[in-house]
Amino acid sequence: MSAAASDSPSDFSRVRLQGISRHYGRRRALANVTLDCAAGVVTGLFGPNGAGKSTLLGVLSTFVRPSSGAISYGDRTAEQWGDALRSRIGVLGHDLFLYGDLTAFENLLFFARLYGLPNPGEVVARALDKARLTDRAHDRVGAFSRGLRQRLALERALIHSPQLVLLDEPFTGLDDASAALLIERLRQLATSGAIVVMATHDFDLADGVVDEAVCLSSGRLVPMPGAGPLRQRYRDALSRERA
Amino acid sequence: MSRSDRLVPILLAIAGAMFAAAPFVIDTAPDESTMGLVQRIFYFHFPSAMSMLISALICGVASAMFLFRRDPRADRVAVSAAELTVVFGIMTLVTGPLWGRKAWGVYWAWDARITSTFVMWMVFNAYLLLRRFGGAGSEVLAAAVGLFGMVLVPFIRWSVDLWRTLHPSTSVLPNLPVSMGIPLYFCWAAFTVLLVALLLIRMRLERQRAWLDDAYLSVED
Amino acid sequence: MGVLRAAWLIARKDFRIEVRSRELIYTAIFFAVACLLIFAFAFVYNGRAIDHAAAGIVWVSIVFAGTLALGRTFERERQGDTLRALLLSPVERPAIYLGKLMAMLVFLTGIVVVILPLSALLFDAPIFRTPGLLAAILATGILGFAAVGTLFSAMLVRASSRDVLLPIVLYPLTLPALIGGMQGTVALFSTEPDLALAQNWLAMLIFFDVVFVILALWTFAPAMRE
Repeated sequence: MSAAASDSPSDFSRVRLQGISRHYGRRRALANVTLDCAAGVVTGLFGPNGAGKSTLLGVLSTFVRPSSGAISYGDRTAEQWGDALRSRIGVLGHDLFLYGDLTAFENLLFFARLYGLPNPGEVVARALDKARLTDRAHDRVGAFSRGLRQRLALERALIHSPQLVLLDEPFTGLDDASAALLIERLRQLATSGAIVVMATHDFDLADGVVDEAVCLSSGRLVPMPGAGPLRQRYRDALSRERA
Repeated sequence: MSRSDRLVPILLAIAGAMFAAAPFVIDTAPDESTMGLVQRIFYFHFPSAMSMLISALICGVASAMFLFRRDPRADRVAVSAAELTVVFGIMTLVTGPLWGRKAWGVYWAWDARITSTFVMWMVFNAYLLLRRFGGAGSEVLAAAVGLFGMVLVPFIRWSVDLWRTLHPSTSVLPNLPVSMGIPLYFCWAAFTVLLVALLLIRMRLERQRAWLDDAYLSVED
Repeated sequence: MGVLRAAWLIARKDFRIEVRSRELIYTAIFFAVACLLIFAFAFVYNGRAIDHAAAGIVWVSIVFAGTLALGRTFERERQGDTLRALLLSPVERPAIYLGKLMAMLVFLTGIVVVILPLSALLFDAPIFRTPGLLAAILATGILGFAAVGTLFSAMLVRASSRDVLLPIVLYPLTLPALIGGMQGTVALFSTEPDLALAQNWLAMLIFFDVVFVILALWTFAPAMRE
């Protein structure tokens, strides 16, 4: 699988969703969503609770199978990619994907090894440094505050330098300094050619980083055109949708 | 209305007629020497056990198909068959002890075959409980239970046989005198027709539920 | 990365968590001993366990404590949704199943190691008369139980009311393995051990294990997709 991961990155320049629907029984989580996310662009995903943001991220991460519609990663579908596709996707979930009984170092080391990274020890040391957790590397994650865990979880999601980065509410629990660092980090990711999709409620923080914004309203995708502040564009989009 | 739905009333009519005739057909059989009148339970016991086995098999195959291909039609077949497995299982488990009381003097002698029937009945009850209480996505879980349950059948038989054997051996069937064979096969046929009819009715219900779900969704769109 | 290496990584991670908290092994063993104690009041008359009771007591205690352990290991994967993190990693999905199964087998072995001497002490179980065959029966019985149990606990992580549903699914589906383990042990523990019968049970258990480990490896990936 590592051979596939070292393919030229050019075949992963965009992720395309076409007519994606997902329903759970009678509840429609996603309705006919078509979305195109390009490399180097941070896509912001907005919308009220239960609008389908997490489901959309789940579909993008290959975990949730759409009821209908097609997704392509670069020029291939998930089936054509196989297991190797997952090594190119990094997910920061709403639950943080960390083991509370392990230390920060052990958590990262476990996932670095699971992703088959060379020199996992070095990779982890660098990741801890980026999360500014080096001095707490050997403390149990269960004892961390939400903000610290959030920082660690971000580095866990990015440990294998994924080309598609999916973030669900990444600002939760972060103080101002950490949030600024996260924004900086997302900018770097985009500049280095990653595809970033981020679901968030925090318009003010997102203003500084989001290149393209869309919102979901009961499973339907609504574009948020314009260049003004995101909060205003979001209100306009929703009122247009309701009209 | 699909072709299979048009078949349902015909099948039900046939099954009804056969069950109405069954007492008279069974009456033609002679009394068995040691069991007497009670032996006639066998004419319903055996077919219901076979119907249960067939339903379990259908559920297992359909579950496997749903698990690997995620075709909702396979899931509808599986859930219908699982319910029938439980229903025919109840019939088998009620008629079995009635026979046992006369044959062995106790209702429940932990005889190998009735015990394995009981275990299988529990497996398919677990299937239904999962679907009922498992929440979203439980149909996948239940499909795994259906598949495992089907594969389990020979192991249940093997282990319970090794543990205990009292039951009239399988060789009874070919040795049955014609006078007893005719009513047995007649009842077996009646049960099979009933099984198919019930399965089709139950599948139609599931199909209509799915259609209703789709209708709700398209109204929303 | 090979399937076995990935499985070993996952199992080793479970050991590390367990070594740190020791929660599972303490609680499960205490629970197993509590089961032994309760069964004593059901099956001991005039200071002696009734015939064949010891084998049943040992197995029911193992299975009850094992169910508890299964629930707990997967509860750990549910907090923080780490099971999803494992599924999102590029390792082949069967490796995840295999890793969890390996960890589970070690935990169950830990329970057996405590329960068995206690049963010898309390119920006069002759555990050293046929040690090889007894170990084989216990190992294959536990593997059968864990093979099915690991798959269904993993699937139940997403389900509501999973605590109730686990035993409901697990006991009927693992029954042949439990019957085999219990009856094989009965054959070995009785005053005149029936080695031929025990070997018969062992054959059944081995066959059961092979079929259900393969079946679980095969169904794990499709079963875990949402």
